[in-house]
Amino acid sequence: MFHLVLFLIFAVICVAGALNFLLQRHPVNSALSLIVVMGSLALLFLLLGAEFVAAVQVIVYAGAVMVLFVFVIMLLNAGEEEKTRGNKVALALGVPGLIAFFILICWTVSAARSQLGRVSIGDFYVPTQQLGIALFREFLLPFEVTSVLVLIAIMGAVVLARRERQ
Amino acid sequence: MIPLSWYVILGAILFAIGVASFLIKRNIITIFMSIELMLNAVNLTFIAFASRWHQVSGQVFVFFVMVVAAAEAAVGLAIVLAVFRTRETLNVDQVNLLKL
Repeated sequence: MFHLVLFLIFAVICVAGALNFLLQRHPVNSALSLIVVMGSLALLFLLLGAEFVAAVQVIVYAGAVMVLFVFVIMLLNAGEEEKTRGNKVALALGVPGLIAFFILICWTVSAARSQLGRVSIGDFYVPTQQLGIALFREFLLPFEVTSVLVLIAIMGAVVLARRERQ
Repeated sequence: MIPLSWYVILGAILFAIGVASFLIKRNIITIFMSIELMLNAVNLTFIAFASRWHQVSGQVFVFFVMVVAAAEAAVGLAIVLAVFRTRETLNVDQVNLLKL
């Protein structure tokens, strides 16, 4: 019951934030509603017993990545986006395709509902220690590869954002 | 006790909204943010399945997704800065040539 109420509250906040993200025309408003989505997703992660992932979600996503976005929006002085008619083909193919994709997922999930089963609060709890052991033993090679990827991304960002000298 | 399918359908709703805003939005920064929304929806399904089948590896994968998203945001925003310097616009409809 407790789990159900909390899930419904944060799921509704999540979907409302995502819809607000879609409907707002100013990029700063979109960024702030995306932060709402990420915060409520962190609480849904907590309900599923992933406390360290929830903390990282708040610190890295809602903190670092969104600060970067808001910084760039303010640096470029991005105003409200102009109303354009957009690409006709993208709308004509994209919207029905999207609806079909969504219906397909819902149909597949409801067909496999009995196999998917149920989750309850406190059923599965991952301490940070266990997560660290998994990350540094089983997933050591992907972890190291990811660190190289981040290094390349940092260098690429510095090179791309540098002003060209005449 | 709630069904796992609710979490999966919530992830599908968020992903669909992300795809819709990717198609509809015209501002290049907002398009980047809708990619982040889609990645978040995927993370939710990862965590939900990890919780259902008691696997830690699902949560480890979420970390990798987060790192890739952060790297993509850094490089992507640097590209946005470079595009804005040369074109003076953020509207993707006006950025349709590789060459100036």
